[in-house]
Order: sequence, then structure tokens, then C-alpha cells
Amino acid sequence: MHTEFLMGNEAIALGALAAGVNVVAGYPGTPSTEVLETVAKRKGGQTYVEWSVNEKAAMEVAAGAAYAGARTLVTMKQVGLNVASDPLMSLAYIGVKGGMVVLVADDPGPISSQTEQDTRTFAQYSKLPCFDPSGVADAYAMIQDAFKLSERIGSPVLLRPTTRVDHGYESIKVADQDEWRVHQPEGFVKDPSRWVIFPRLSVVNHAKIEARNAQLSETLSDSRDNFVLPGAGEAARVGIATHGISYQYVRENLDEANHPSVLRVGTPFPFPERKAVQFLEGLDEVLCVEELDPVIERALIAVCGKFGLSTKIRGKLTGDIQPSGENTVESVGKAIACFLGSEPAAEVAPAEADPAPQLPVRPPVLCAGCPHRASFYAVKKAMGKRKTIYCGDIGCYTLGNAAPLDMVDTCLCMGAGINIAQGVFRVEPDTTCFAFVGDSTFFASGITGVVNAFYNQANLTLVVLDNSTTAMTGHQPHPGTGRTMMGEVVQKVSIEAVLRAIGLTTVETVNPLDHKHAVETVRRVADEPGVKAIIFKSPCVVLARPQSSSRVDATACIGCQRCIHELGCPALSLKGGKATIDETQCSGCTLCEQVCPVGAISGGERL
Amino acid sequence: MTDDIILCGVGGQGTILASKLLASAAMGRDLPVKTAETIGMAQRGGSVLSHVRIGEGAASPLIGTRRASLIIAFEPAEAVRQLAFLRPGGTVVVSDRPIVPASALVGGPAYDVEAVMAYLRKRVERLVVVDADAAARDLGSAKCLNVVLLGAAVRSGALMLTADDIAEAIRRLVPERFQDLNARALAYAR
Ligand SMILES: Cc1ncc(C[n+]2csc(CCOP(=O)(O)OP(=O)(O)O)c2C)c(N)n1
Ligand code: SF4
Repeated sequence: MHTEFLMGNEAIALGALAAGVNVVAGYPGTPSTEVLETVAKRKGGQTYVEWSVNEKAAMEVAAGAAYAGARTLVTMKQVGLNVASDPLMSLAYIGVKGGMVVLVADDPGPISSQTEQDTRTFAQYSKLPCFDPSGVADAYAMIQDAFKLSERIGSPVLLRPTTRVDHGYESIKVADQDEWRVHQPEGFVKDPSRWVIFPRLSVVNHAKIEARNAQLSETLSDSRDNFVLPGAGEAARVGIATHGISYQYVRENLDEANHPSVLRVGTPFPFPERKAVQFLEGLDEVLCVEELDPVIERALIAVCGKFGLSTKIRGKLTGDIQPSGENTVESVGKAIACFLGSEPAAEVAPAEADPAPQLPVRPPVLCAGCPHRASFYAVKKAMGKRKTIYCGDIGCYTLGNAAPLDMVDTCLCMGAGINIAQGVFRVEPDTTCFAFVGDSTFFASGITGVVNAFYNQANLTLVVLDNSTTAMTGHQPHPGTGRTMMGEVVQKVSIEAVLRAIGLTTVETVNPLDHKHAVETVRRVADEPGVKAIIFKSPCVVLARPQSSSRVDATACIGCQRCIHELGCPALSLKGGKATIDETQCSGCTLCEQVCPVGAISGGERL
Repeated sequence: MTDDIILCGVGGQGTILASKLLASAAMGRDLPVKTAETIGMAQRGGSVLSHVRIGEGAASPLIGTRRASLIIAFEPAEAVRQLAFLRPGGTVVVSDRPIVPASALVGGPAYDVEAVMAYLRKRVERLVVVDADAAARDLGSAKCLNVVLLGAAVRSGALMLTADDIAEAIRRLVPERFQDLNARALAYAR
């Protein structure tokens, strides 16, 4: 054993490696991404790792490997589980041979996600056991427990940390590499009565799953992952039930000499009923401090009903805890103070006479030199005042919605933009429809959309923003980059060839930073009938790290601010009535040089 | 007792390295540390926040409002944005160089840096202002603002860590070719 200062996600990866994981597959998504990246960085010879094209593919790869007896880990963010839920729901019935842990990172807030869905609720729905860690060391221990449980019951098991656990750091004790378990997969053993799902197999297996989960509720009641901190003083006649990072917020707010007893639920499903009954005994009231869904609260209400207990259960359903959003140390402190009937320490309100000055807002923006800015700008200029719709998608390029570009009219979920454009076209045939999709998103879930639009005779322009990486989530490789997580250089999948194979006859590849040519291409292509595509190809500047930068000749600048107001580039600002460029940010992309009406900007080098 | 430190700034300013240096310095002294970072969308030019908790007894990696002993702000407006974290009598170390977002130039709320600095001076008793432009000029680089701020924080007396603790962390974490610059930045005072 040795001590390391680790991010929660790194600890989860090291825990999986210590458990002898053989196959790891995932698709990037904040806050889950560092788990798979750490596996790739730290793994030994017994582990295979891949970024799959999407979460469904990752789930299926891991399932196959687990059928063959391997220990497997699948990683994704919470919305990724929506994509992977089809294989997972059936896999819950079929089961696995090698241990299989499905890591799903939830994101209360949400901080970087489309939804605030709760994977604990998905665990109930899919009937799969679920672990919910409260910190870095806890997560390290839980993933190892999860592998053991998975192998013992022959079923995938969920591990669902939240952002504050994934991205929190602690120094913890971890196993040395020579202490890692060595897991030798047995191999796939043919048995159609086990591996081929049919209704009659599902009838039998469903009954088995229900019996197993009832049994698990019993054994998990004795697990170290579900425990009670005894109360102290007068407050001990009431209780608090909590989980995840909220457990730490509760601890931050406990008065050592006088506090309720605290139940920490580490396995929300199957719910540790017997443990809960012991905890509830003699308590008048219990406050459930949860983030996202009231999972523990509902379970405790059910326990009270089932066992005829009179404890009053409070939480989100009674309005004592905020129904949505992230908890904080202070929101939990206030809720506990109200629950105990004491007033929270008086807030010192800032003197009314001394209000804080107005602060600038800082929405995230496309980097200086980002090729997406040039692509959006080219389409915007080409279309002018025409009636258009710009269906966006998910990635850095969603940031094209901000002023002054204002080029994203819709954004729903990965890959949706193409068929949303198709739907709008069906209702408004006179609108010129555009669908913007990133290269990683194209491979993840864009291709089927293009096939659908092409087959069903849509009229739209597909704009692929090919920056040769999955930028938003921290620059992961994908099939178009020709690199794998095992470090191999492989044949690239060509987006242009894929589009032509579908049947598109117009597929133009253009450098968006060549503004004039880009505008001309958009004008020409948008007027063609049917589904046609423009691939704007230019690398993400964070990866390409260009060395040049542009400068404004202050004597030539006429102060019209056209560059600033047209592009919204973070490197451009105004100083003494003239445009000025922050050299530490500028990448010399030359877009502003091409926009300046008097040629006052120069020095950049186009990639 | 814990040192509860908020580091705040704008995505890309180096707050994460600063929090790593503090954590490493604390570990060099065998002190327990917990930190929490902003990772994701906000890194693209948004407001970023790191929490660093050093010492026995921290349960949560996040600090509650009015509980931070020290705020290290890489940018004046960000100091004001996070001021609610400061406990009474706490210290604020702030760089005086504003970063004006594009939003303030294309119709969003304006940024009056004078008003922001005046507000900090009035509201914070223990305020240390770092002249970032002068530091960049004297050190020959703007890229070590994070370490200049850490140096100022150590000298303010608001940390249980010493300059030597941080110097050692720099030796552990910073690439060889930037060691000298960062050592000078740590000692830099005007
Ligand atoms: C189903 C699902 N999985 C993962 C994510 C996380 N995610 C957000 S954007 C993105 C990929 C963006 O890559 P790309 O399309 O190449 O655009 P770029 O960021 O490079 O501009 C991912 C994986 C998500 N939002 N939804
Ligand atoms: S990381 Fe790359 S793709 Fe994302 S905004 Fe920056 S330059 Fe653009």
C-alpha cells in the first residue's frame, strides 16, 4: 500500500485495476471522463481499454467480455446511460459471468449536463444493485466491493458517484501494482439456455432477480457501506438519512455534543431494509438529506408503512429539502437547523447602503482561434437575411449560440440535430435547414440520423465541424483520428467516405478559416436539393497549439469595432477606442484579419 | 483547525496548478488535504473555483459560505463574486489585473474595475493587492501569476504553510525549465 493524492475518478480507476479489471470501455462525458483516462495511463498488461464510439457500444463490448469471464468496467456520464440503457436493461435479465461494473457519473446542479437524472432511480427501474460513494477513499473501496458483488450474483452492478466525488481530491491509501489481483478469464462457454434472451427465459430470470434483490436487501443491511453514526445529546431522538457527498455536508454541520443519529446509505438499491428499521427504532422524525431524487426518503416511507413504524419522514416530499439542484454545506446546514427547530446562525446581510458593484458575466466561450467560430461565421454571412434554422448539437460548438454569433437555434441531445432539422423541414419546407454536428458526435450518433434524413427525402445541409478531436470533454480520440486508447495508430474512418457511401452526392471539405471560400461554398451547397454536406475541417487550437499571433496596427485601426462585434473572440478587446489583441490568447487564426475592413490586423498564420 | 482556502479566477488562469501546489505543500508537511475543482464547460473562459482544505477535521471537500479563511483571487471581479465564502476576519489576496469578458463588449453587463477594487478595499479588512502587471514586467513573464499570488498569501500570514513548503511543492510538480521562474515568482514582493 502507498498514499496518493487522487481525484475521485482516479481512485475509481485504481480501484478497478486493483480488482484485476480486464476490459474497460466507455464514452467520454463530464464528470466521468478521467476514470477511463486514468485506466489507460496506469494499467498493466492484463487490461484492455478503449474509447468506444458511444455508450451503447461500450456496454456491449464489456458485456461480451464479461460473458467470457473477464472483469469489466464501463464508464459514462448519466445521460450516456440513456444511450446504453437498451443493452443494459436486457443484460440485467441475462447476467454476466465475470464481474461487470457500470460506472455512471451523476451531475447534480447540473454543472455540465443536459439533465439532473438520478442513476439511483435507474437502478430501481433496471433492478440492478447500485453503490453511491461519499468521497475519494469510499469510491476506491466501493468499486472493489462492486466487482465482488457483481461476480457473486452474476449481474452487472452500478457505481454512481456525483461530480463532487468525481472531481474532489483526497490523499488516500491505495494498493501497489504488485498487489493488484490477477484475474484470468475462463473464456466463453456456449450455453443457449443462458446467453440467448427469449420471453420464456425472461419469465424465469425476472422471478430470480426479484428473489435475489430481496435477499440482497438482507445482506446489504450488514454491509460496511450502510452505517449509522449514533446521535448525541437531546437531538438524538431524531435522525438524518443521507448519502453521497451530502453525507459530508451533514457532517460539516453536526454539533459534536448534540446531534441526530445519522444513517449513511451507500447502497440505495437494493435498499438495506433491516438496517433502516434498526435506525428508525425510537426516532420521532427523520430528515432525508438527498441530492436529485428522494430515493432514500421514499424507501423509508415504504419501510415505515411495511413495518408499521410511526416515525415521520421528512425531506424533499415535505418541502424540507430543495427539490432540485445541488446541495451545499450551507443549504444542508440551514435544513438541519430548521429540522432541529433552532434558527441558523444569523446571516450578516451586506449593508444595504453598500451593494456589490455590477459584475461582468462569464458564460463559457469558444476559445480564441477556435475553428468553430469561423465555420458559424461563414454560414451566417452566406445566409444573410434568408429564412433559416440552425439545428445545433452537443460539443464545444454548442457555444456558437452566444452573441454575437447566435448560430444555434436548437440543441437537445447528442446527434439529435440532424433529424430535428428534418422535422422542421417537414413543417416549413421554405426554411433553409442546417444541422451542425461535431466529428465525435457524428460517429457517436450522427450517422443513423443522416441515413434517416437521406432515405426519407429531407432537404437540409449537414455541416460537420471536424476539429479532429472530442474537444468538449477534454480531447479524446475517436474513429476519425486514427489513434486508439491502446496507443495504436490505425486507419482513420473517413467522414466524407461514410457520407458518400450513404448516397450523398455533394460532400465538400473546406477550411473554415479561409473565409471567402467557405462563404462561397455554403451559398452554393445550401441551394442544392436533398441532403448535402459541408465538412469544415480545421484542428482544435488547444491541440494544434499554433505559435503565431495577430496584431492590430493602432494607426491603421479606425475604431469601427467590426472585429469585436462580428466575432466575439475572447482575445479581442477595446483599448483607447482601438481594437487590441491579447497575445496570450490569440492563436493567429487570421479570421479577424479577414473581417477588418481596412486591413489593420496582420501577423497570424492560418493552419 | 483547518486552512480553508478558495482559489478563484477565470478558466485558463492556472488556478488548478495553484491548488495542486498548495495540496502538495501540505502533504509535504504530512497534513491531510481535500480539494475540489471546477472541471468541464466552465474551463472555456468561465468563472472557475477551487476549494482547498488543509488540516485535521475537514469532512467535505467543499467549503461553506462564510467559512473560508483565505481567498486567493486571480481576478478582481472574481474576488467579489466569491466574497460570500470569506469568514469574518479572513484574508483576501487579489490580483488587480481585470480580465474583461467578450460579453462586456457585446452588450452584456459592463465591467468597472475601479468600482470593483474600491468595493474590495471597503469590505475586506485584510486585503492584499498584487500588482500583476508590475510582477509580469519584473519577472519577465505573465505566466507565473499563480505562484506570485501564493507567495503573497504565505507572507500575509493566513496559511499554516511556509514559503519553503511551497518551494518544495514547486520542485515536485513544475517542469524543470520553469523552476527558476517560479522560484523567483514565489519570492517576488514589491
Ligand atoms: C449521450 C452523451 N454522451 C456523452 C456526452 C458528453 N459530451 C458532450 S459533448 C461531447 C462530444 C463533443 O465532441 P465533438 O462532437 O467532436 O465536438 P467538439 O467538442 O470537438 O466541438 C460529449 C462526448 C453527452 N452530452 N451525451
Ligand atoms: S477546445 Fe477546441 S473546439 Fe473547444 S472551443 Fe477551444 S478551440 Fe474550439
